[in-house]
Formats: sequence, structure tokens, C-alpha cells
Amino acid sequence: MGHSLSVRNLEAWYGSNKTLKGINMEIAPNQVTAIIGPSGCGKSTFVRCINRMHETLPGTKVKGEILLDEESIYDRDPVALRKMVGMVFQKANPFPSMSIYENVVAGLRLNGMKNKQTLHASAEKSLRMAALWDEVKDRLNYSGMSLSGGQQQRLCIARALAVEPSVLLMDEPASALDPIATTHIEELIRQLKENYTILIVTHNMQQAARIADSTAFFLNGELVEHGPTSEIFTNPNDKRTEDYITGRFG
Amino acid sequence: MSKKTKLTASIGDQTLRLLTLLMAISVLVLMFWMGWQMFQSAGPSIDKFGFGFITGRVWDPVKEQFGALPFIYGTLMTSLLALLIATPIGLGVAIFLNEMAVTKVRMVVAFLVEMLAAIPSVVYGLWGIFILAPWLRETIQPALAKWFGFLPLFQGTPLGFGMLAGGLILAIMILPTIAAISGEVMAAVPNEQREAALALGATKWEMIRIAVLPYAKSGILGGIMLGLGRALGETMAVTMLIGNRPDILPSLFAPAYSMAAVIANEFTEATYDLYLSALVEIGLILFGITLILNVFARLLVWSVARGPKGGIS
Ligand SMILES: Nc1ncnc2c1ncn2[C@@H]1O[C@H](COP(=O)(O)OP(=O)(O)OP(=O)(O)O)[C@@H](O)[C@H]1O
Ligand SMILES: [Mg+2]
Repeated sequence: MGHSLSVRNLEAWYGSNKTLKGINMEIAPNQVTAIIGPSGCGKSTFVRCINRMHETLPGTKVKGEILLDEESIYDRDPVALRKMVGMVFQKANPFPSMSIYENVVAGLRLNGMKNKQTLHASAEKSLRMAALWDEVKDRLNYSGMSLSGGQQQRLCIARALAVEPSVLLMDEPASALDPIATTHIEELIRQLKENYTILIVTHNMQQAARIADSTAFFLNGELVEHGPTSEIFTNPNDKRTEDYITGRFG
Repeated sequence: MSKKTKLTASIGDQTLRLLTLLMAISVLVLMFWMGWQMFQSAGPSIDKFGFGFITGRVWDPVKEQFGALPFIYGTLMTSLLALLIATPIGLGVAIFLNEMAVTKVRMVVAFLVEMLAAIPSVVYGLWGIFILAPWLRETIQPALAKWFGFLPLFQGTPLGFGMLAGGLILAIMILPTIAAISGEVMAAVPNEQREAALALGATKWEMIRIAVLPYAKSGILGGIMLGLGRALGETMAVTMLIGNRPDILPSLFAPAYSMAAVIANEFTEATYDLYLSALVEIGLILFGITLILNVFARLLVWSVARGPKGGIS
């Protein structure tokens, strides 16, 4: 089952630069929530706060509260939290010294999984879900760096899926994908929501419209509007949302 | 662009190419020339002892007996010991500075480590004579003998001076090299790599193990090899501490001798041609060992850096 997230008055800084200015947002379990907004508005920063990745950078600061199933993430061990809250980064980051296969099972190995069969089954399942299996099944022991940019992005999706988190944060997971792979990933996201709570950052509004149950519009570090996707796209409450969606700025 | 400028540009490029090629060749020529000169000067010794020079265990200038094995043994043992001690510590320092320490501590410690590299080796030698050797003799060696005395490595009279002292001083001297280079290559690891590991639920140490070290490994190996090169050739500090006796004994407590040390110590006393040429031949062997180890290190770095198939590096 997926888990709910509740963000209360979240503020985040890079040095003295305040990037998130008090975000309040409820994220429902087993739903796909899309985050849209112009470049630099704080989308990545927001999702990086949820698995406590933001605070690992030197000079950063976070204030406010994020509840995962009613329990503050700041009361949890960050290592355990990140096993529950998986992440696909904006920039594909496979481990270059590992093979494709090793990349996918890296998280399982961290969890102490040693059984070859289980590892292999999980690698195949994850790669199939990420729509990469057919392309790499004959060269699983090749370097992860031998893949194209889009393939690397799907490899990172597979790597995040392999550990079976319950919340999945995806920061523009389809930015380097061709239309076919994008379709696969969108299909995957639709399937995953049965078991996962998914947060997806995207610049592609059609994509948000296609897959998201609810959509949040960010602007300059603030949450302007969050509601059912159909409402945001057809009948937004805020003028700024409308301007952004109709392409009048950003 | 006019035809004329194009032509001069290409002439400029050609000249540059020729010039750099010449410089590259000159380095090679210099190396071969040095090797050849040493080979020539070592002639009398090579003619007399042949291959037996390398395996000979006796070094007795009075009886005109020359064998290089004790020096080869001393050099290799002290350098190996230095590597065994300095590699984990140097890596530890680099990991601490890069991945653990806050910026202020990092800056101070990094500066201190760099300072270590700047100290002249004769100062290390002096420190070794007055502090390290007595400490080894009175504290460390008796303790080692007590706990690990069943190993031949730690048997015999604690003298202070000997292979242990030589190896330790070398370890301290190459530590900054290993720490600084490993630190630099770790700093060059993209942060996305660390985040990839952390996001999978890696602890700090697991992150270092799966993301940082593998990414940096060829650079780290390079640093270790540079340290080894320094240890092999280091003369002053070693000769002040190693005991300067051409023996081959299994115990680290025992005095020994190194190739660089014997050349430096006996060159001025080499009163006849054979003696002198024997010393030059030791230099030639040191030259050869350094060369072979470097080639070997290169191959190692290549094979490690290549990683899984289809990679780029
Ligand atoms: N590592 C960093 N150090 C300092 N400032 C940063 C850093 N990362 C982001 N910022 C700043 O924080 C603000 C928000 O960045 P963020 O990456 O969250 O934007 P984004 O909405 O994800 O943009 P994009 O759509 O381009 O990915 C930006 O103004 C950026 O300048
Ligand atoms: Mg972003």
C-alpha cells in the first residue's frame, strides 16, 4: 500500500538563498501527483526534501514538517527513510564502475540480499518495468555508461524500482526519452500507483494531464495551486496558474 | 580569413607539433642515455659477477666481493612496509577530509598534511633518530615481540634502528602523497554519484564504498604508486634509520640496508674501479626496479580503470 505525505510549512535554503517559502501540501496515497512550474521555481528542491536529500548538501537548511503516514520524516533514520522513499534524479546517474545488472541490484545488495536467483529475478522485473529489458538483456554485464542518455535514465528508474519503495519521487524521469519510451514509462507509472505513492516533476503538461491524479503548480518557491488535474488544467483558480498553463509565461 | 594567415597558422601548428615531438623524444633519449651510461660504467662489475650480482648476498669491498641482494631486499621490504602502513591511513585521511569533516577542520588538516610533504627528508631522519628509534626500541618492539613474537617478523633484539624504523619513516613520508592524491580524486567524484547511493538507502560508509571509491579507484592507485616511487628512491631518512648493515634477516627489528642508502654512503669511499662499478650497477638495478614497477602499476591502473565492458575510461 502507498503512504500519504503531508507537508507543513516547508522552507528550504541553499546558503542564504531561500528556495522554498512555506509549502503546505497534502499528497494522497496511491495517487500520482504531478509538480509543474517554470525552471528554477523549486520543484527539484521540494522533492529532494521529501527523502531528506536536500539536507545532505553543505550549507543547506530546511524548516517545517513533512509527515509520512502521520510520522515526521525528521524523526526517522534518513537511511531507513530513503529505503521507503525512492528517487529518480533529474540527471541520470548510473554507477559507472558497475555493470547494467549491478546497477539495478545495487540497492538490493545494500539491503543484504545475496541470493543470485532472487537478485536476477528482481533485476529482470525492474528492467522490464522500466521498459529497458529488451534493449539490454543480452549485455547485462556491460557498463552502465555504455547506454544512451535515455537508456541510462530508464536504468536509474529500474534501480529505484528494484528496492520496492512505497513512495517514489521522480524528477523529470522522461526528459531524455523518446515518445515510445515515454509512453512505456507513463504506462508504468499508472500501474505502479496501485502500490506506490508517486510524485512526479514534469515540464510536459500533456504528460501531467495524462498520468496525474492531482497537479501542483509551483512558482518562485511557493505552491500556487494544488488540485485535481482536470481542474488545474481546465479551470484553475489562480490567474498565475492559468497564465502558465496557457503558455503566457515560463 | 586570407590565404596567407591560413598558411602561417598551419605552419605554426606544424612547428608546434615538431617542437613538442622533439621534447617528448628528448625525454626518452635522456632516459635511454642515462641507462646506457650506467650500464657502461657498471661494466667491470657486470663482467665479473654476471647475474650472480643480483643474487649475491655478500657485500665485502675489502675482499672485492659484491652482491646486491641485501640492498634489494632492504629497499623492497621497507617500501612494502611503508605502503602497507601508509595506504590505509592515507585513504582514511582522504575519506575523512572529503566525506566526513566540516569545511574548517578539512582546511586545517589538509594544510597540515601538505606540510608533512614539505618537510625535508633529513629532518625526518633526525626526528627518527632521536624520537622514533628510541620509542620503537623501548615501547613498540618489546610489545610486538610479546604479542606477535611467534612470527619471525617480530623476533630478535629490539634495536630501534632497522627495517621497522626505515619502513615507518617512509610510511610517514609517503602518507601525504597518498592522502593528497586520493583526496583530490575523491573530491572530483560528482556529487550525483553520492546522491545515487544515498537515495538507495546507503549509509555514509556504504556510499563511500559503492559510489566514491570505485569512481576514484584508478586515481587512488596512481597515488599509491607515486608513494611507492618515492619510497623506493628515498635515501637520506632511510639511511639514518635502517641500520646500514647488508644482511638479509627475516625480522623487521634487524638492521638492513637499502640500494639508495648504500650508493649515497659508499660512493665517496669507492677506491677502485670494481667497487665503483658495483655501486653504479646497484643504481642501475634501482632504475630498473622503479621502471618495472611503474609499468606494472600502469597496467594495473588500466585494468582496474576499465571496469565493465563497453565503458569509456
Ligand atoms: N545546489 C544548489 N546550490 C545553490 N542553489 C541551488 C542549487 N540547486 C538549486 N539552487 C537554486 O534553487 C532554486 C530552485 O532550484 P530547483 O532545482 O529546485 O529548480 P527546479 O524547479 O527543479 O528547476 P528545473 O525545472 O530547471 O529543474 C533555483 O533558483 C536554483 O538557483
Ligand atoms: Mg529540477
